[in-house]
Amino acid sequence: MATILGGITTSHIPAVGNAIQKELYDDPYWKPFFDGYPKVHEWIREHKPDYCINIYNDHGLGFFLDRMPTFAIGCANEYRNEDEGWGLPALDPFPGAPELSWHIAESMVADHFDLTTCQELAVDHGFVVPMQLFWPGAPHHPDMPKTVPISANTVQHPIPTLARALDFGKALGRALRSFPEDAKIVILGTGGLSHQLDGERAGFINKEFDQYCLENIVSNPEELTKISRMELVEKAGAQGTEFLMWMMMRGALGDDVTEITRNYHIPISNTAAGTLLLECAA
Amino acid sequence: MHDMPGYDYHIDIPGTTIFDGKMAMKGYALNKMCYGFNKAENREAFKADEEGWMEKYGLTEAQKEAIRKRDVLGLIAEGGNIYYLAKFAGIFGLSVQDVGGLQTGKTTEEFKAYLASQA
Repeated sequence: MATILGGITTSHIPAVGNAIQKELYDDPYWKPFFDGYPKVHEWIREHKPDYCINIYNDHGLGFFLDRMPTFAIGCANEYRNEDEGWGLPALDPFPGAPELSWHIAESMVADHFDLTTCQELAVDHGFVVPMQLFWPGAPHHPDMPKTVPISANTVQHPIPTLARALDFGKALGRALRSFPEDAKIVILGTGGLSHQLDGERAGFINKEFDQYCLENIVSNPEELTKISRMELVEKAGAQGTEFLMWMMMRGALGDDVTEITRNYHIPISNTAAGTLLLECAA
Repeated sequence: MHDMPGYDYHIDIPGTTIFDGKMAMKGYALNKMCYGFNKAENREAFKADEEGWMEKYGLTEAQKEAIRKRDVLGLIAEGGNIYYLAKFAGIFGLSVQDVGGLQTGKTTEEFKAYLASQA
């Protein structure tokens, strides 16, 4: 049976993709952000996951408002990156793992989580930037794992509750641990932390709330399920609702986790950037 | 559609529009046009004939006027969602800090300083 090695979270800001392309790793603006990743690289080098579950939120590339799935899973051989409207060069396709995707779909729907399955899914910065951060040169990194994208809706309310996101993760964990292959799996939770792009409150960042979330997601994620969705909008900003991806990731890891590394930096673009690596007990 | 008591979706957060079903219906044509800007040929078509392109998508007069004025707050009031509007802003090479400044009455530099002040 498969093993879950751990989970890694990161913000997935589009500007990061641009900074990577220009190799701004030592630029004074970017260095405090990129300094959060060498420990992640070391851990990945040591553990070499075979599969990566990339939990992200689409921002208007893979999905539009005509059909907006609350939870969707890619079930394809590969995932294309495409122009999101800014004319940036698209990366080469990322290799999928349809056998694992369909196993997750079977297990989770049986477990009452009714996912939308996608045989074609264009992936945007929410999916791609974390891959580039964790596997430099992605998708051409020599240890590139096969990937299953899972997307949750944070474009349009109603969005899932924090409790539902955590429970989703628990069901995902059960699905992964029952995958009949001796494989190592890592789970990504991408997006966040606090930020707001729209309205007169644009530019809002909330360090105190982010720190509260970072503390609790490690040792006491159930505490965070008390936060209502509107409270999340109020305290994390309108786009800070992406924290739901972190909750989904966390649910899959189980109770016994060890924090390997953490980084937090304000601002990158309009966002409080957070990175966290949690390892599951062997 | 009326607000439904018992759900947590209508608290008032100043300076924040909750993009819910009502806003999604109001802004559908506008957002659909902006979603189309993912493709370079649609961005070029818009630049070549803004009025014709807005007509093709059936934008309301209020939406058209907000597009003409590059009025981001106006576009949000007319149902625009920031993720799709970002693709519209991209046509003019605007960053999210530029768009933040436009919405808050700040220059881009002032907006960046405001972000950094929250560290």
